[in-house]
Amino acid sequence: MSILVYTENWDGKFKNLSFELVSYAHAIAKEMNSTVTAVSLGKVSDDDLMKLGKYGATKVLNVDDERYNSIDNRATAKAIASAAKSEDSSIVIFANNNVGKAIAPRTAIKLDAGLVSGVTALPLSINPFVVKKKVFTSKAIANVQINSDIKVITLAQNSYDIIDLGQSATIETYDPGIVDTDFSTSVIETNKVSGKVLLSDAEIVVSGGRGMKSADNWGGLEELADLLGAGLACSRPVSDEGWRSHSEHVGQTGVMIAPNLYFAFGISGAIQHLGGVSSSKVIVAVNKDPEAPIFEAADYGIVGDVNVVIPEFIEAVKAL
Amino acid sequence: MKILVLISNVPDTTTKIRFTGNNTAFDDSGVQWIINPWDELALTRALELKEAGGVDKITVANVGEKSTEATLRKALAVGADDAIRINTTANDAFYVATQLAEVAKDYELILAGIEASDYNGNAVGGMLAEMLDYNSVSAVSGIDLDGSDFKVTREVDGGYQVVSIGGPLLAIVQKGIAKEPRIPAMRGIMMARKKPLNINEPVEGIDKTQIIKFELPPPKAACKLIDEENAKEVITLLHEEAKVL
Ligand SMILES: Cc1cc2nc3c(=O)[nH]c(=O)nc-3n(C[C@H](O)[C@H](O)[C@H](O)COP(=O)(O)OP(=O)(O)OC[C@H]3O[C@@H](n4cnc5c(N)ncnc54)[C@H](O)[C@@H]3O)c2cc1C
Repeated sequence: MSILVYTENWDGKFKNLSFELVSYAHAIAKEMNSTVTAVSLGKVSDDDLMKLGKYGATKVLNVDDERYNSIDNRATAKAIASAAKSEDSSIVIFANNNVGKAIAPRTAIKLDAGLVSGVTALPLSINPFVVKKKVFTSKAIANVQINSDIKVITLAQNSYDIIDLGQSATIETYDPGIVDTDFSTSVIETNKVSGKVLLSDAEIVVSGGRGMKSADNWGGLEELADLLGAGLACSRPVSDEGWRSHSEHVGQTGVMIAPNLYFAFGISGAIQHLGGVSSSKVIVAVNKDPEAPIFEAADYGIVGDVNVVIPEFIEAVKAL
Repeated sequence: MKILVLISNVPDTTTKIRFTGNNTAFDDSGVQWIINPWDELALTRALELKEAGGVDKITVANVGEKSTEATLRKALAVGADDAIRINTTANDAFYVATQLAEVAKDYELILAGIEASDYNGNAVGGMLAEMLDYNSVSAVSGIDLDGSDFKVTREVDGGYQVVSIGGPLLAIVQKGIAKEPRIPAMRGIMMARKKPLNINEPVEGIDKTQIIKFELPPPKAACKLIDEENAKEVITLLHEEAKVL
C-alpha cells in the first residue's frame, strides 16, 4: 500500500504546489506506516525529479512521454490510475487547481474511489477516513468521510507547509501503456503571459477593484507587485470592463487564491469576491469607504484614497 | 445535435449559511434557490449555439427532489426545450453522476459547471465523462461547433489554450463561457409551463462520501486601522508584526 501523488510540472519544472502535495502526502504516510510515490507525466529533468525525494517521496514514477506536454483528460487519468494500481495505492492526491479538478474525478471512477476536492488539512482520522474541506465558497467547512477502499482527494493550495526532509527518492521509468487513441485533445493555440508571477503560485497578491477607476491607473499596482515579487489580480467588474485580463479575476467565479498576503485596493469586498480570497493568511484593504465590507475580512486597513496610499506603499517597500 | 446541460439547484450566492441538527444539516429555511451560476452560463452558451444553428434540442437535467422543479422551470423559461428531474436526494457526486449517466447517453454535447456553489465538489462532470467514456475538457471558457468537432478554449495557468476535440464531448465550463446569464422573459415563463418536465425514478447507486459535520470558520480578529497619513506604517507592520514581508 502506498500514497500516490500526481506532481504536475510547468514546462518541465515543478513548483511549490507539487512539493506541498508531497509534504502533505508524507505526513499522512507516516501516520499510516506507508510510503509516498510521486507520478510525473511529460519531460522533467532528473534534477527536478530528485527534488521530490527531499520532500518525502520514496519513489518517483517518471512517465517521460511528450504526449503529456499538454493535458488530455482521459489519457492523463488513465496514466495516473494505472500508476495507482501498480503501486497498490490506497490514497491518490492531486492539487485542487485546473488540472487536478480535470483529472481527479475521472481517476476516481477508474479506481472505484470516492472523491473529496478542496481538502484543507491533514485527515482528521485515517480509519474511517475523514477530511476537512471548504463548502459554500469558503463560508463554511465540512468534515467529509470517504467510504470506498481507495480515496482520491485534491488539496487546496497553501494548506500544508513544505518541509525539506533531506531525503532522496529512487526514480523509475514507468510506462502506463497509453495508446495514441487515448489522446483526443489537439492544441491549436496557447496564449500565456510569460515572465510574470502566476496567480495560483504567488505568495503575495496585489489586487485592484473598480475603485482604481481605469485601466490606465494600474502602473502603481504593477510597480508594487514587481517590487514584492507578487502576482496581480483584480475583481470581476475590472476584468468584465476589459481593464485587466480574465486570467487575473479572483473570487467565487474566478481564480481562488490563498496567498500569505493579499492587498485589496479599491475593492468593496462583495461576498463573491471574498469567497475566492478569504483563505489568504493576511489581508490588507485600502478603501475610501469606512463601511466597505472588505474591512470585515481584512487584518490591516486604511480608510483612504488608493492614489495616495499606493505611492506611499511603494516607497516604504523600497526602504525595507 | 442535442445538448444536455446539467443543472444544480443551489442557495443564492448571498445566502447566510447556517446549520441545524447539531451542525449536521444545512438550514434551508428562508433560502432563495437559484440555478448554479456556472450552469446558468452553460445554458446561456447552449442557447447561443442553438440560435447560431446546428443544434436541434437543449435538455436540462437535475438530480433532486420535487422542490428543485422551480429551478428547472426557470431553465425552461430561459429557453431549454425540455427538462429531466431524477427524483432522489443528491448527497454525493458519484451517486449523482450514476443517475445522470442513465439519461446522458443520447447527447453529443454535455455541459457541466466547474462546481456547484454549495458543496464545491468539482466532481460530477468529470465523473460522468468517465462513466460514459466521453472526451472531456475542463476549465472551459469558450466553445464553438466546428463541423463534427468542437473548438474549445480552456483556461491554463496564466492564460488560455484553444483546442480541437471530437465528440461526444463533456465540457466542464467556467466563467467566460457566456458573458451574462439570460434572464427569463414573461413570454418564456408562460411557455415554460407547457414544456415537458419529465420525472425519472433513480437507479440503484451508492454514496461514496458523506458529510459528517459542518463548522463555521473561526471569527476573524478585528481589522487594525491605520490613518492614511501613516500609510507606510502598514508596510512596517506587515514586515515586523505579521512577518509576511
Ligand atoms: C454569481 C456572482 C458571482 C460573482 N463572482 C465574483 C467574483 O468571482 N469576483 C468578484 O470580484 N466579484 C464577483 N461578483 C461581483 C460582486 O458581487 C461585486 O460586484 C464585485 O466584486 C465588486 O467589485 P469591486 O469591489 O471592484 O467594485 P465595487 O463594488 O464598485 O467597489 C469599488 C470600491 O472602491 C472604493 N473606491 C472607489 N474609489 C476609491 C479610491 N479612489 N480610493 C479607495 N477606494 C475607492 C469604493 O468605496 C468601493 O468600495 C459576482 C457576482 C455574482 C452575482
